[in-house]
Amino acid sequence: MVKVILPELGEGITKAVVSYWYFQAGQNVRKDEDLVELTTDKATFNLPAPATGKLLEVFSLEGQNVNVADTLATIEEEA
Amino acid sequence: MQNLVDSIAYGKYPAILALSGFNSKEAGFNFETLDLGLVDYNETLSFQKSLAKDVAAGIRESTLILCEHNPVITLGRQARKENILKSQAELTAAGIKMINTNRGGDVTLHLAGQLIVYPVFDLRCLGRDIHIFLRNLEEAVILLLEDYGIRAYRQEGLTGVWVSGRKIASIGIAISRWVTTHGASLNVSCDMNLFSLIKPCGLDIIMTSMAQLKELNSLKMELVKEKVIEKLQYVFSGIGFFRKV
Repeated sequence: MVKVILPELGEGITKAVVSYWYFQAGQNVRKDEDLVELTTDKATFNLPAPATGKLLEVFSLEGQNVNVADTLATIEEEA
Repeated sequence: MQNLVDSIAYGKYPAILALSGFNSKEAGFNFETLDLGLVDYNETLSFQKSLAKDVAAGIRESTLILCEHNPVITLGRQARKENILKSQAELTAAGIKMINTNRGGDVTLHLAGQLIVYPVFDLRCLGRDIHIFLRNLEEAVILLLEDYGIRAYRQEGLTGVWVSGRKIASIGIAISRWVTTHGASLNVSCDMNLFSLIKPCGLDIIMTSMAQLKELNSLKMELVKEKVIEKLQYVFSGIGFFRKV
């Protein structure tokens, strides 16, 4: 199982808001494909899927605040 | 996990460390410029996205798009509808489109006479720091305005560029695979009355333009475009790179 983790954002920014999930739990995702969009003050950025497989669980819903190093979702890696 | 580490430099290269000793000129950062003139907002957005894919894939180098748009209200991801002060019917009657976008920020207005600056830049060559990139965009605009004798500055906690308490340039970007889209809009010489349609950026602020502050006949959009290219080159070549460390 692979965790999707919020990375360092730079310039002392520790928080972001989940603005859009490109996939729902249960759907298959491919490594490096845009998985979730996050928003800070004036920037949005996409986090790519860290692995190919099934999106198992989504922990952070759209509109929710998340912190750096939080686990946003998990992916069951394709064997 | 390792893939994520590789693709977004999580933890391994904290932003500040990546910036110290960073010199994009040595790293060979370069960009080409496309001047599209007066173009449709949606078409330009599709164009930016396709460019960004090519830049991320290493097929083409970072590209600066310069253009102007006919009046259009765009809503960023944080946009609240109440910041548009007229009804949809009134806007349609005035020929103004309303478009949802994937950039950060609230509501903004684009119109002819406003210089649109879309840097489709590869942040993997620029220190992988989203907010330092924003500060540098501001820096380029501030330096440009300085050339016109306009003293502009940042406001703590608010992205954008300001002159005497009024906002002259708005900034909002989106990043996918470390490549930026959207960017900055600088009011050069535009119909400032149209800003009464919105609450810009969701704030109680007054917008201003270079023309409001300076003699109109000394303002040539073509020259402002040349200046913005020069300032972005200066800032992102490492010479004028803004570091908040």
